[in-house]
Amino acid sequence: MAEDDARPAIDYRWPENPTLLGRDISRLDGPAKVTGHARYTHDLERPGMLYGAVVRCPHAHARVTRIDTAPAESMAGVRIVRPVKSVGDEIQWALAEVVYLAADTEARARDAARAVVVDYEVLPHHVDGSDRENGPRGSDPQESSEGDPDAAFRAADRVVEGTYAIESVAHSCLEAHGQIVEWDEAGDEMTAHCSTQAVSSLTGQFAETLGIQASDVRVICQYMGGGFGSKFGPDPWGIECARLARAAGRPVKLMLERDAELTVAGDRPSTYARVKVGVREDGTVSGWESESWGSGGLGGAGSPPIPYVFSFPDRRHRHDSISTNVAGSRAWRAPNHPQACFVTLAAMEDAAAALGMDPLDLLLANLQHTPFAETYRAELEQTAEMIGWRERWRPRGEGGPESSGPVRRGLGVALHAWGGRGHRSNCEVHIHPDGGLEARLASQDIGTGTRTVIAIVLAETFGLGVDDVTVKIGDSRYPRSGTSGGSTTVGGVSSSTRRASMNARARLFETVAGKLDASPGELEAIGGTIRVQGDPSRSLTWAQACGTLGVNPLVATGSHPGEGDLDDSGVGGVMMADVSVDRETGVVRVVRMVAAQDCGLIVDARTSRSQVEGGMIMGISTALAEEKVIDPVTGRMLNVDYESYKLAGYADVGTLEVHLMDGPEHRARGPIGVGEPPVIAPAAAVSNAVANALGVRVPHLPLTPRRVLDALEAHATRRSPAERSA
Amino acid sequence: MEPFEYAGPTTPEQAVERLAERRGESELLAGGCDLLALMKDRVRTPRRLVGLRGVAGLRDVSWGDETGLSIGAGITLTDLSEHGEVARRFPALAASVAHAAGPQIRNAGTLGGNLLQRPRCWYYRLGYGLLPRHDGRSMVRAGDNRHHAVLGNDGDALFVTPSTIAPLLAVLGARVRLLGPEGERELPILDLYRTPRQEGEREHAIGDDELLTAVLLPPPPAGLRAASYEVRQRQTLDWSQATAAVALRMDGDRVTASRIVLGQVAPVPWPAPGAEAALAGQRLTRLALADDVLVAAGRAAVTGAQPLSQNRYKIRLAEVATRRAIQRAARGEVPGLDSMEGGSP
Repeated sequence: MAEDDARPAIDYRWPENPTLLGRDISRLDGPAKVTGHARYTHDLERPGMLYGAVVRCPHAHARVTRIDTAPAESMAGVRIVRPVKSVGDEIQWALAEVVYLAADTEARARDAARAVVVDYEVLPHHVDGSDRENGPRGSDPQESSEGDPDAAFRAADRVVEGTYAIESVAHSCLEAHGQIVEWDEAGDEMTAHCSTQAVSSLTGQFAETLGIQASDVRVICQYMGGGFGSKFGPDPWGIECARLARAAGRPVKLMLERDAELTVAGDRPSTYARVKVGVREDGTVSGWESESWGSGGLGGAGSPPIPYVFSFPDRRHRHDSISTNVAGSRAWRAPNHPQACFVTLAAMEDAAAALGMDPLDLLLANLQHTPFAETYRAELEQTAEMIGWRERWRPRGEGGPESSGPVRRGLGVALHAWGGRGHRSNCEVHIHPDGGLEARLASQDIGTGTRTVIAIVLAETFGLGVDDVTVKIGDSRYPRSGTSGGSTTVGGVSSSTRRASMNARARLFETVAGKLDASPGELEAIGGTIRVQGDPSRSLTWAQACGTLGVNPLVATGSHPGEGDLDDSGVGGVMMADVSVDRETGVVRVVRMVAAQDCGLIVDARTSRSQVEGGMIMGISTALAEEKVIDPVTGRMLNVDYESYKLAGYADVGTLEVHLMDGPEHRARGPIGVGEPPVIAPAAAVSNAVANALGVRVPHLPLTPRRVLDALEAHATRRSPAERSA
Repeated sequence: MEPFEYAGPTTPEQAVERLAERRGESELLAGGCDLLALMKDRVRTPRRLVGLRGVAGLRDVSWGDETGLSIGAGITLTDLSEHGEVARRFPALAASVAHAAGPQIRNAGTLGGNLLQRPRCWYYRLGYGLLPRHDGRSMVRAGDNRHHAVLGNDGDALFVTPSTIAPLLAVLGARVRLLGPEGERELPILDLYRTPRQEGEREHAIGDDELLTAVLLPPPPAGLRAASYEVRQRQTLDWSQATAAVALRMDGDRVTASRIVLGQVAPVPWPAPGAEAALAGQRLTRLALADDVLVAAGRAAVTGAQPLSQNRYKIRLAEVATRRAIQRAARGEVPGLDSMEGGSP
């Protein structure tokens, strides 16, 4: 690219008057997905492919005393059997992998897995992450302190205490983890079709573990059925799939079954907390003290960022990490933020209730402690307007105006924050002499609309429509691009694509400038033409312009980070929930939820809103229904199917309304991801709305009928002596 | 799943023969909604499946003014809920069936399959058995029993009966017709259910060489009002956490007779004679949920309930479901598609 250096510097920036950016554009692969033409890893087959299966340990804690693979090895069609545990090995969670094998058919592979004999010495297990007294520690306690909380409590008008709990939830990827691995004939180079969030980085991860060169690994993922933070690595089963395939000399497909997917492929840690809040009569928080504990499995769980969003000057927090005989947690969409948001915003709502204050006013009174006070203020006003907060909110327990009989209505609010700066990304743009325009990145569309966003940026830069361009992603042979996690993708791929597109455009202008009797700097790409700025009479059609390239395509690259200020970090959002609660059955329904979300420059309004709606649905699901139930007797997860691991369905999430914050100050920041942010606040908002409806905090999520009725009963028991005397 | 052979009889008698040939090793396959999942998980491992799809007459519905309604057990739940005679004579039944499970299951699942589905107990589904024990104690009592029985739970059978339709059929006086090698027999639907006392016993009083051919409903007496109420957490496909079915015979606004049966609270559909007694002779006018009569009936319905360590709330749910089902029946309400489980009462 030495010749690029000689060119005048390109002023990399987002267009001031875009034709596509910020519009409602349907995701480009939507039709392929809804018609079933999109082929996910789970759908793929390779010639001569074998099927893998796994022998799993049924005990939460055990020592292997015998492994006999002979019965499986002697079965017809069984090609290879590989134990990954040995006699004497200790197993630390249920459904841990003991033996891998591959066979000609899926059925045969499963039969063979059942034929393997493994004996265990069963050891005592500890699976209760709420047991702070007896639970072994996953790591040292984490403690943090600012200012002088004790003095702050003495200065407070009220000190309000509460306990809160939120159970561990699964990622619930509709497409289970897994892959197909195949090798070349020499067994030197491998191709892995993976359901992954990390096409580029898997190459090195596979290579390192397998002892081969990263350049000999190719990873492909065209369509992906959900990861939510649980699909960043090759996973033990990916490595073993590669080993099986190399040893067998045939492709091997190994996808997790649902019980294993829910049990061992990651989860979000549980969080239990005690909080003490000191407040003044005007609603300002003067002091904060909290302790939390919880578990994400054997390694325990890191501390949620409590207090969340609000950096009260006088505060103290301690977290204990409880180790359990449960498979390890993984990043779950906005790791630890939903739990921290619930604990913090519930405690603040409880403090508002103790003061007899509208929690919206209490939040407004404390915004100076947040990173985005003005954004939050605008979003609180926006969402309050959308849901009719000022007209409809009633003090806790009075029930919203639509309450009827035992069915009480209530409103709740919560807010959240996330970073989301664009990740490292490289993009290669090809302009073909036949008019084809193509972007190549080894990124992946994990269902968020990445393909569509790249197409919009590419088409925008060349004055074309999204249907005029081709986006090639999902293959590690394209230029490296970051993993899709932490809401970093849209900032990364949009910026690299913009730079590559502007580089390519500048070179195209140089090529065609002579034809238009102009200098390259005078040209613009607009409406399917290349023309002298503002002069339609001196223009070439896109096809004519590309025709000047000769026989070879023009290829230009762009990277992120890079020159020009194209991205930013840090977004805030607010959600408000309107719920109904049946006091007699404990059934909670979300009637409506509204969101205002900051996402910087909106690339595609439709998929941005869709991201927020998806986060709301996922968050509501965790508020109402989701919970990994671990059996105290066997140590196994009991609800290992979607009949008993309950996900909210379409009918359960109410009406969702999303307002994307927009305007010059937002656009100037460039695109910022919204994968994580919208999943953070729903549980807190719903919990607060339920407290508002019932007059009682249901401290334990998910808000099942059992927990709602238990909380009402506990409340009635506490109050009954006073009531009796009255 | 384990290999099995498949028999495809065309008459009920052939089906019974196919069963009897490999008695104890065969299972009947109707819609397959439950059985196939159990087989995939190897909770059930039949050597032979006797498919009912081609069996003539199992989907017929007929009405006689004297005999009442005969419903072939092989009818799908969708067809049952949409059958004109069913909707006309037993609107509460049509409504209940229309809300069972979800559309896909109603399209494939049959009435017989619904009545004879196996318990949803997660220990059973994981292969620990219907009366699971661990180190000499009940796994359910020691384990996670939030969804288990609060009534009829003095033994080791702690699962709950899954059908939401059976309680309503019971209060409507349904009988079931079984065909075996020795011919036909009929029994009241409640007698189809039993509480197993030891592992290996089935929770249905049907021989392993018998076929459930029909459900028979007597003509509804004048003044009959029936309803059921299910407490479901989710509006999406979900299991009821407590169901109450009620049939009232009314003389004006006075209850002359009633039948009340609960579901999902005990290993079997659970009759509530105490609740029936509480209603006897009572006037049900301008019902409010807090009405003393309803409260008394609800309390009586759960007489003898014994919570396990985690399911006290289910007693409350059964009480509330009873009250709301009575109220719904007394008002002659047939819930619409969106509100089987109520919402605002």
